[in-house]
Amino acid sequence: MSLAQRGRRITLVGLVLLAGVYVRALAYTPMERFQGPAQKIFYLHVPAAWSAMLAMGLVGLSSVLYLLLRDARFDRFAAASAEVGTTFSLVMLTTGPIWAKPIWGTWWTWDARLTLTLFLFFLFLGYLLLRSAVAEPGLRARYSAVLGICGLVLLPFIHLSVYLFRTLHPQPIVLKPSSPSLPGDMLITLLLSFAVFTVLYVGFVTQRYALSLEREAQGSGDVGRA
Amino acid sequence: MGDLLAQAWIVARKDLVLEFRTRTALLSAVVFTALVLTVFNFGRDPTAVATIDLAPSILWVTFTFAAMLALNRAFQLELENGALEGLLVSPLSRVSLYWGKGVANLAFVAVVEAVGLPLFVLFFDVPVGSMLLPLIGVIALATVGFVAVGTLFSAMVIRTRFAELMLPVLLLPFLIPPLVGAVQVTARLLASRPLSESVGYLKLLAAYDIVFVSLASVLFRFTVDE
Amino acid sequence: MLQAEGLRHTFGRVVALDGVSFSLRPGQTLAVFGPNGAGKTTLLKVLAGLIRPQAGAAHVSGGRRAIGWIGHQSSLYGHLSVRENLDFWAALYGVPAARRGPRAAEVLGRLGMTDRAEQPVWSLSRGLVQRAAIAKALIHDPSVLLLDEPFTGLDLAAAAELRALLGELRGEGRVLVLATHNVDEGVELATDVAFQRRGRFVHCAPRGARDAAQIVEAYRRAVTDG
Repeated sequence: MSLAQRGRRITLVGLVLLAGVYVRALAYTPMERFQGPAQKIFYLHVPAAWSAMLAMGLVGLSSVLYLLLRDARFDRFAAASAEVGTTFSLVMLTTGPIWAKPIWGTWWTWDARLTLTLFLFFLFLGYLLLRSAVAEPGLRARYSAVLGICGLVLLPFIHLSVYLFRTLHPQPIVLKPSSPSLPGDMLITLLLSFAVFTVLYVGFVTQRYALSLEREAQGSGDVGRA
Repeated sequence: MGDLLAQAWIVARKDLVLEFRTRTALLSAVVFTALVLTVFNFGRDPTAVATIDLAPSILWVTFTFAAMLALNRAFQLELENGALEGLLVSPLSRVSLYWGKGVANLAFVAVVEAVGLPLFVLFFDVPVGSMLLPLIGVIALATVGFVAVGTLFSAMVIRTRFAELMLPVLLLPFLIPPLVGAVQVTARLLASRPLSESVGYLKLLAAYDIVFVSLASVLFRFTVDE
Repeated sequence: MLQAEGLRHTFGRVVALDGVSFSLRPGQTLAVFGPNGAGKTTLLKVLAGLIRPQAGAAHVSGGRRAIGWIGHQSSLYGHLSVRENLDFWAALYGVPAARRGPRAAEVLGRLGMTDRAEQPVWSLSRGLVQRAAIAKALIHDPSVLLLDEPFTGLDLAAAAELRALLGELRGEGRVLVLATHNVDEGVELATDVAFQRRGRFVHCAPRGARDAAQIVEAYRRAVTDG
């Protein structure tokens, strides 16, 4: 089975599982007492943010490996991961406000999760823009790797900034932060959701990677995104 | 180590001589800063919001723009007659090149800030008083952070398309943590709060500086060497 | 003295070096002839340490300090005087402070530029800039000189002067590697001749007793054969 086919299969499985988790979250998980149905977005949002973080983490790791070993596969993987991360971030950033508005009356809040995802989105976007602005593959790979590593190292600082900012400027909590004392059923749904999003990540990245290979083999002018 | 510093100084001194000899970039940056501060004055309604609430943001947005201008020209200098190639052929260590450029950038931005700060105090009638030294300290801390990452990125963007546009897009996400720290500490200083209240943010600034100066020193050679 | 072993390097899909090997002893001058795009500049850059080859290795005894580089551009700073440029580059190459002045005077004298020493480089004509670039390349008394199309833009008199100078330098026991697409220019100086085409040395041998016309003819045949 070619890489692309394998990728497609994994993605399909992931999407089916996603539907399953959705159903479980809506129908089979107990309602949270204070926030009601609105709280259920939590089961999709937290793992989506997690996937975007995973994507960034792997971009960073892959970048380090590329600089050390100069193997083009790491560069290809990093680029694929960045594109998938962009998608996950964008989905989270658009569904968040759409969900928030009718429930809480505001499109946007600077809570930790949304803020971090926004930054991830900007970092991914910058990464992809940099790639599209450099024509020579070796240079592009090196530059991307440097940016990728810096981006990964930036994340803890963003988190710290947001944390400091929020503890001194308390804001209405719109999404119940995941607490360790999550009751059994909710925890299971959440963990299942994490697993599903990881599967989706793997599926998407595999497909994107396979696409890169195809394009390179064809020698197409896919200058920015090989 | 001594050698590294000596070489860095040779590079920095050359940059400073060139910068002060031509002066155009420096004067333009200073004028730009004054203009930005003026624009801010007309962009606010003094009857609606107390200046003191906006002041820290105004100062730091202005300084961020000024830093951008400085960083944009950092490596342009080396493109003029292919000087960068000469630097890379020489025994100059890449770390020394980074530090040398960084110090020169820091000096450039410091001059602009040295003019901008008094103007800011003047235009917005800001009670700096006894907080001047701590304020200068915070400005220095944050500027080191800006310049550390900015010098690294400016070396990359010279070989991309749309270099002047690419630098802000890539750099701004990285400036947020030091910016957050700087604005918050500045706000507290201007409100005459004791420094102890800003400890968290000061730690953030210091940690950011240490981490990113180190990281950029290590990564720099990948942006110039093939 | 100077050794190249199995050098291979590609830029994307362009093969710049395809298995180039040779070695040179003091007093040898290798003239590399080839059409534009043959990979001559890449070869020189690999020898200078600007590019790390994807395969193979190049070794110059004495490292970077022993190499004098004359590339397409002068690598001189326009707004510094000739002397200031020489001082800067001498410092980078580790010439002790006390020696820099006398050494600069020596080199300027040799190139007939003593009366131009204080002029800013931007005010010099192309021929003089070229001479200043050579002065810069010689300031640290390199045992190896790498020259990339040094005759470009020089009039007949200047070219003759350059040839005479290079002859002297070779006589002093240095190694010269000269890349050019114009066979007439380099052929007299060469002790060894190589023809480079699409990254490979299609001919590499001592010049022997062959005169200029014979070399030119051999070159023409080598690069026009299918």
